[in-house]
Amino acid sequence: MEKYILDIIYLIGSVTFILGLKMLSHPDSARKGNLIAAFGMTIAILGAIFLEGGIGNHLWIFGGILIGTVVGWIAAKRVKMTAMPQMVSLFNGMGGACAAVISIVEYTKHDFSHGGAAMVGIIMAGLIIGTVSFTGSMIAFGKLNGNIGDKVFPGQKFINLVILLAAVGLATYLSMQPMADNMLLYVVLGIAVLYGVMFVMPIGGADMPVVISLLNSFTGVAAAFAGFVYNNQVMLTGGILVGSAGTILTILMCKAMNRSLFNVIAGAFGTAGGASGGDKQQGTVKEISAPDAAVLLAYSKKVFIVPGYGLAVAQAQHICHELEKLLEEKGVEVKYAIHPVAGRMPGHMNVLLAEADVPYDKLLEMEDANSEMPNTDVSIIIGANDVVNPAARHDQSSPIYGMPILDVDKSANVIIMKRSMAAGYAGIDNELFYYPNNRMLFGDAKASLQKLVTEVKAL
Amino acid sequence: MEQLLAFLGENIRFIYLLILMVFLGIEVISHVPSVLHTPLMSGANAIHGVVIVGAIIVMGKAEPDNYLALVLGFISVILGTLNVVGGFVVTDRMLEMFKKKKK
Repeated sequence: MEKYILDIIYLIGSVTFILGLKMLSHPDSARKGNLIAAFGMTIAILGAIFLEGGIGNHLWIFGGILIGTVVGWIAAKRVKMTAMPQMVSLFNGMGGACAAVISIVEYTKHDFSHGGAAMVGIIMAGLIIGTVSFTGSMIAFGKLNGNIGDKVFPGQKFINLVILLAAVGLATYLSMQPMADNMLLYVVLGIAVLYGVMFVMPIGGADMPVVISLLNSFTGVAAAFAGFVYNNQVMLTGGILVGSAGTILTILMCKAMNRSLFNVIAGAFGTAGGASGGDKQQGTVKEISAPDAAVLLAYSKKVFIVPGYGLAVAQAQHICHELEKLLEEKGVEVKYAIHPVAGRMPGHMNVLLAEADVPYDKLLEMEDANSEMPNTDVSIIIGANDVVNPAARHDQSSPIYGMPILDVDKSANVIIMKRSMAAGYAGIDNELFYYPNNRMLFGDAKASLQKLVTEVKAL
Repeated sequence: MEQLLAFLGENIRFIYLLILMVFLGIEVISHVPSVLHTPLMSGANAIHGVVIVGAIIVMGKAEPDNYLALVLGFISVILGTLNVVGGFVVTDRMLEMFKKKKK
């Protein structure tokens, strides 16, 4: 009886995951979709605790859940919007570690009566994938947080391949002849830890969203393997669903940057850049003062605001919205042009601007914005760089060649707000700085915007 | 070889489920506006937290004298819960920003 109820609960859980994911892929239903999936998760957890056969240690289970809930809740509530990507990476790593730990326990029980070698193989796969996801996510977290830089050394790809083969080889060997001794298990664990680190280390910080998405699908697969071990449908369906959806999402993200997944994993974004940028593009850079910029803006018909990571770092979204409102009052049409990978994650800018109450319909996606660029008077670029670099259109030697960009250079005037002439995240020079229709407004994004607001008000 | 075939045969229902889920996952995601990539990734991240169910089974079935299973089980319950709770809460916070503004 209890067994059947539990099966039905797991079935409901699986359906809510599918529904939740489906709803998450549409803006209107997304929030509800997330809640539905959370509901399904809750009943699956409660079902596992109370209806799964032979479950004891309830105090321990509740204790663990309590600690996890309090810590996870507070961390998730406190994190700043700009640090969201790191947080997702961190939570993903926790899931990977959980799958890895489960695999260790299952292996050390040495009960391979059902399934034999194949079952050990599945446990091993869960261990390796979960561990790689854990250490990889931690490195990605460190990179996004700015604690860890990119590390590339010659022959890295080859060494990575050797490490991976070693892990897979040893795991296969263990599956064929399970040993009473756990020594080799820990060797596999150690190699997997190393591989996770080596896998993410050379990949450029700008590609971290793609990596996180990939590791996310890894964790899904690890969870599914664990589900196989326990004959547990909800784990299997939930895990595989995330595994396949995550892979597709990763590919979609790569497409948004016009790069292949292989290209991202092979790394070298931002490392080849330093060489090809250099001093080819020289010319005069014109500066503009805040009062001049204010006049230029206030007497324009149509203005595009192009936000980037600089806006997020400076937390300037509110003041940016204020400038937009002021200009609108003066009869200027103001819109935002959002590049799909502006910021550190797709959708990052939308979230940030939505926080500042910018109406959703003012945010234009790249294609729409580009078609309006030629009849735009001024484009203000706030802390964005690579996503407006015209080199992506014509310079084949540029590492970002082929990436779709916002064609701000086609608008009559361009104002770039930037702290200095330094290169962007990809580490390459931006020839836009030297264009005749461009002027630079140096300074912190928030401070510059504040000045602009004061000047526009005074007009 | 025979062992492997036997394993596949015994678990054929699971394998069907697995294959169907792979296609379903692809189908469900394929037309997502890029604006929603981040929340969607975060939501998927929370869903794979279902691995917590495995953690509960490990913890719940750990014998009182098996300290390794007890300690690791406890840790895995905490890790899994962090993944689930953190994942859903972060996703909700992101999506909160998308709510329709009154014009």
